[in-house]
Amino acid sequence: MNLILSRWMLSIAGLAVSGAALADNGAVADEFKWMTFTVFGVIIAITMAITYWAARTTHTTSEFYAAGRSVSGIQNGWAIAGDYLSAASFLGIAGLISLYGYDGFMYSVGWLVAYITVLLVIAEPCRNIGKYTMGDILAFRNDPKKTKVVAALSTITVSTFYLTAQMVGGGVLIKTLIGIDYETSIIGVGILMLAYVVFGGMKATTWVQITKAVLLVLASILLVFLVWAPYGFSLPAYLQAVVGDEKVIAQVAKLLGDSAANMSKEELGQRFLEPGLFLKNPIDQISLGMALVLGTAGMPHILMRFFTVPTAQAARTSVIWAMGIIGGFYVLTLFLGTGAAMLVGSAKIAAVDAGGNMAGPLLAQYLGGGENSLMGNFFLAFVAAVAFATIVAVVAGLVLAAASAMAHDIYVGVIRGDKATPREQVVAARVASGIVGVIAITVGILAKGQNVAHLVALAFAVAASSNLPAVFLTLYWKKCNTYGIIAGMLVGSLTAIGLVMVSPNMTYPKAVIASAKKVLDGEPAQPAKDAQPAVKASFTCELFALDGCVKTEAAKPATPEKPAKPGAAEKLAKLNEKLAALSAPPAAPVTDAVALQKTQDDMAKVKKDIAATEKAKAKAEGDLKKFEGETASIMGLEKPFFLLKNPGLISIPLGFLMVILFSLFTRDKRSEEMWDELYVRQNTGINAEAAAAH
Amino acid sequence: MSNTNINWAAIDANPKFQTLHRKKTVFLWSLMIFSIIYYFMLPIGAAYYQELFKTKVWGVINIGILFALSEFVVAWVLAFVYSKKANAEFDAMAQEIINESVNKGA
Repeated sequence: MNLILSRWMLSIAGLAVSGAALADNGAVADEFKWMTFTVFGVIIAITMAITYWAARTTHTTSEFYAAGRSVSGIQNGWAIAGDYLSAASFLGIAGLISLYGYDGFMYSVGWLVAYITVLLVIAEPCRNIGKYTMGDILAFRNDPKKTKVVAALSTITVSTFYLTAQMVGGGVLIKTLIGIDYETSIIGVGILMLAYVVFGGMKATTWVQITKAVLLVLASILLVFLVWAPYGFSLPAYLQAVVGDEKVIAQVAKLLGDSAANMSKEELGQRFLEPGLFLKNPIDQISLGMALVLGTAGMPHILMRFFTVPTAQAARTSVIWAMGIIGGFYVLTLFLGTGAAMLVGSAKIAAVDAGGNMAGPLLAQYLGGGENSLMGNFFLAFVAAVAFATIVAVVAGLVLAAASAMAHDIYVGVIRGDKATPREQVVAARVASGIVGVIAITVGILAKGQNVAHLVALAFAVAASSNLPAVFLTLYWKKCNTYGIIAGMLVGSLTAIGLVMVSPNMTYPKAVIASAKKVLDGEPAQPAKDAQPAVKASFTCELFALDGCVKTEAAKPATPEKPAKPGAAEKLAKLNEKLAALSAPPAAPVTDAVALQKTQDDMAKVKKDIAATEKAKAKAEGDLKKFEGETASIMGLEKPFFLLKNPGLISIPLGFLMVILFSLFTRDKRSEEMWDELYVRQNTGINAEAAAAH
Repeated sequence: MSNTNINWAAIDANPKFQTLHRKKTVFLWSLMIFSIIYYFMLPIGAAYYQELFKTKVWGVINIGILFALSEFVVAWVLAFVYSKKANAEFDAMAQEIINESVNKGA
C-alpha cells in the first residue's frame, strides 16, 4: 500500500506532466458530466436511505458501535471486504498490474494472506472477549485504565494516519476522475461520511460498506467478462494476446531502458509476465509482507467489525466470506490490469495518472465504447461512483474506530471510570465521531499536495508492531501483563514511526532539486561505460545508510555513449520552431486530404508536446522555489538513513520482544488472576457479549 | 447472562478443556506457520529464483504466475480446512464444556 500511495503522490506530479486536457477537467468529458453526477446521485441517495433506516434503530451504545451485534456472518464478510478494498487497493493494484504486469499481481497476494492471521488468531477470541474496542480486549486482564489509554492512543494514531492517506488520495482521485476541486471533494466525502456515522452508527456504516462491495464486485465481474470473452475464457489464449500486444511490448521496453536493446519483441512481451519490473528490493518486500500479514489483524477498524456479529461462529464465517470476496477480487484485477494494458495502453493510463490509478476506469470507458460514446461514459461514471463510495465507506469505518477509542476507552472508561449512563455513552460516541470527522476534513485539506506516502506504511507498521503483539500475547500468553503491554505498544509504535521518518518515504529536498534541475538544464552527454560486475552490500548496509557501506547493484552491461539531453527551455524553443514551420502557409495550396490531415495531426502532437514540456518546466520551477535553500528533510537528513520503505522487519520483532521482556521482569497480580477466565472465555464463548434482542 | 459464580480455574483444569486447548494450539500453529512460509516463498522466489519463475509451462503462462495464483488457492483451502475443523470438532467440544460448567453452576 505504501508503494501504491507513493504512486498516488507521484500522480500529482504526473498530472502536471501529462499535459492532457483530461487531467485538468477529469477523465470524464464535459458533455457527459451530467451522467456522472446522476450515477453519483443515485448511489448517494441509496446510502442516505440506508442511513435513515439505520438511524431509526440506533439508540443504544451496542447499536451505535456494534450494530446491536445483529450483523450476520455473510453480511459482515461483505462489509469487511467493503472496508478493506480501499480505493488504493482496488484502483491501485489494477493500475500496478497495467503498468508493471506480474509484480502488480504479486503485490496483491499479501493483502489476502493477511486474513489467515485474522481468521486463525484474532477473529473469534476478539468476539468472545471484546465489547466495542481493542482497549476492551487488552483491559480484560490488564490494568483497565492504563491499557485503555495506551490502546486508545495507538488506535487513534493508526486511524488518523490511515484516514489522512485515504482523504488525500481520495481528493486527488476524484479530481482526476471528474475534475471536482480537491477541497470540495474532501468536504463532500467528509460530510457524507459524517452523516452515515453520526446518525446511523455501525449499522449504517456496515450497510454502506456492503452496498459498495457488491457494486464493486458486480462492476469488476462485468468488465472481466467483456475483456475475457473474446478469448473464449481461455487463460493461455488471453495472456498470449496480452504479451503479443504492441502497447505492452512498448511499455516493457520503456521500463527496461537500455537493457531492452538486445531483446526480441517476443521476449519483451513475455517479460510483462515475469517478476522484477517494479519490486526491486526483496528485503523491503518481506518487510512489507510482515507488516501486512500481522498489521491487518491489528487494524482497529478491522477488529471492530468482529464485535458486530452475534457469535464467534459468525465471526469465523465472516472471515471466510471476506477472504473469498477479497481474494476473488484480486484475481479479477489480474484481468482488469492486463486488459487495461492491452486495450487502453500503459502510456495512456500513465498520462492521465502516473500511478496507474485510472487503469480500471479507463478500461471501463474503453469497453463501453470509448471516449465519445454514451455507454463508455456511463461505464466510466459507474466506476467513478463506486470509487467515491469506496472512499466514503472506508473513511466511515476508520472514523468510527477512532471515535470509539476516544469516547468508549478514554471518556467512558478512564475519565468516567465506566460509570456513564447508556444515554451519556451514546451522546459521547456521536460527539466523538463528529470531532474525528471534522479533524479528518481539516487534516485532509491541510495535507493537500503533501507527501502522505509514508502514512499508510506507518498505519500498517504501527498496527503490526504495537497492536498485534499486545492483543496476541494478551490472548495467548499466560505471563503477559500490563507493563509488558504498555512497554511493547510504546516501543513498537515509536520505533515504527521513527524509522519511517528517516526512510525513503519522506521528501528529501536535495533529490527533488537535483531532478528539477535536470528538467530545466538538461543532462550532459554521458561517455560509453564498460560492463560492471554486481555489487552486494552486507545485510546491515541493506537496512541502514552507515559509513563505509556500498550499495547493492546488479551487474550492468556495457552501455554506449549517450547524447546530452536538452533542458526544458531549449526543448520548448525547438518545438515552437516546429510548430511555426507546420503552421506556415504552404507554398502551393494543399488539396490532398490525406496530407492535410497529416499536417493537422502533426500540429496537434507538437502542441501537446509543448503543453507537456511547459507543465514539466513549471513544476520543476515550482519545486526549485519550494525547496530553495533547503538541503535536509524535516528530520534534518539529506538522504534516507533507514533504507527500507517499511519498518516492519525491525519494529515488529521489537514490539513482541518488549512485551515479553517487560512481562517477564514485572509482576501484575490482576493479569495473572484473570488468565483462567480470559482463556476459558475466549475458547468457549461463555459470558460473551450477547446480541441485542430485537 | 452475566454469571460471576463460574469457577474459571475449575474449567481450565477440566481435562476436556485441556484437550481442546492442546488440539486447538497444535492445529492453529501448524496452519499459521505453513501459511507464513508459503506466503514468503513468493517474494523470495520472485527475487532469488527468477529463472524458475520464468519457466513457461502452459502457453505463455510461467511458474511465477501459477505460483502467485496458488497463493490464493492455498489461502482459501487453509480457511476452508480451519472452518471445517472448527465447526465439526472445536465447537462441539466447547459446547460440552459449557454444558458441564453450567450444570455444575446450577
